[in-house]
Amino acid sequence: MRDKLIYGAGIFAALYFVRNLYVILLQLPDEALQGAVYRIFFFHLPPYFAAVACFFGAAIASGLYLKTKQWKYDVFAVSATEVGLALAAMNLVTGMIWGRQQWGIWWTWDARLTSALITWLIYLGYLMLREGIKDPSERAKNSAVLSIFALFAVYFTYKANVWYRTQHPGPVLTIRTGDAGTIDPAMQAMIYHNLGAFLLLTVALVAVRMNLEDSQRAVESLRRRAHAIA
Amino acid sequence: MNYLRQVAAIAGKDLRSELRTKEALNASLSFAVVILLLFSFVVDPDSEMLEQMSGGLLWMVFAFSGTLILNRGFAREIPNDCLDALIASPIPGSALFLGKAIANFALIAIIEAICFPVFGILYNLNWTQQLPVLLGVSALATWSMATLGTMFGALTVNMQLRELMLPMLIYPMLIPALMAAMQLTTLLIAGQPIDAEHAIWLRVLIAFDIIFTSLAAVLVETVLVG
Repeated sequence: MRDKLIYGAGIFAALYFVRNLYVILLQLPDEALQGAVYRIFFFHLPPYFAAVACFFGAAIASGLYLKTKQWKYDVFAVSATEVGLALAAMNLVTGMIWGRQQWGIWWTWDARLTSALITWLIYLGYLMLREGIKDPSERAKNSAVLSIFALFAVYFTYKANVWYRTQHPGPVLTIRTGDAGTIDPAMQAMIYHNLGAFLLLTVALVAVRMNLEDSQRAVESLRRRAHAIA
Repeated sequence: MNYLRQVAAIAGKDLRSELRTKEALNASLSFAVVILLLFSFVVDPDSEMLEQMSGGLLWMVFAFSGTLILNRGFAREIPNDCLDALIASPIPGSALFLGKAIANFALIAIIEAICFPVFGILYNLNWTQQLPVLLGVSALATWSMATLGTMFGALTVNMQLRELMLPMLIYPMLIPALMAAMQLTTLLIAGQPIDAEHAIWLRVLIAFDIIFTSLAAVLVETVLVG
């Protein structure tokens, strides 16, 4: 079942990306003020949304783990967090490249950028915490609690450019700004298309990572049994 | 009523054992003074710039030296399996958490109460112009450190790299509260009242305390008991 999901979502995501790249690079015109570089935005916002989806999923799975103590939720939480961390890194890096082109600097300490970096560090701390705890059930329990705490940082990042005046551009999508006309409909549609592709890729990657985690657990329990016999 | 007595019992126990040995307190205090001294090399101690950085410098000192105290909070219970006995005792996890948080709060407050005057003397600053408000802001920020530190202390208590993991985990989480405390402290040390522009930082601080205290009180039972 999971293998079918990996191949299905993976292949579909690959095709979707090819189609999206064709439209982004060959069909959409340059942006009026920024020129060609705005295209990196299609690889800036969609991975961020996919990362937020991962962190949300991880927090929900963590809550379910604390309630039910079923391993599958812990497996999902750690897999989603790792994939989310990679996607958030992509968001940071593409943002820095864009900033270098538009602002002339790689990084600026405004509320949005800073809180995005802090969020990234918190989830890195989540993985470090898991590394540091030997006992599997204690590891699952403690990291689940941290995952729930960390979700507040995600929310803070999301709201940062609304609460503070930041150098980071404000919201552009019509569902956030409320009125049409500030963004070209074709470009907005492209954002959603690429978000779809990234979400499919995320599903495939999380499923691959869950397979890995399952194998790792199988090895661990085999090793423990071998120790018990010897 | 009974609940408050349990909280007070835990807090009293922690404070008594710390004040008798002064293990964490002495280490933390001397560490704080050393950092205060080091800052004189970072900025010219006689310049105007120091006043503009005062809040940041002070809260860096408190955050660094505070983790030494926070690390001891649960680690103190490891020898002789005291932690298991505490968990088995007939008090709810949240009472244990609140008691420990209050003890940590009091200990960090002692450090701050010594560092503020030392800072004022060493760097020639008249820091008492807005004293009541400054005390209030410090109390709010110290509580956020105490509550998050106690919670994350419970998360990391069984780890080998505990002393390293706790700061690694709490500094990023604490940033909103620390940032607010730094902004407000700088303002208050300069002798200005909290105006409308800076009121948002006060709100950040209060919201931070409410959110994380309630979240920790709810979750600490699962962390300790499982």
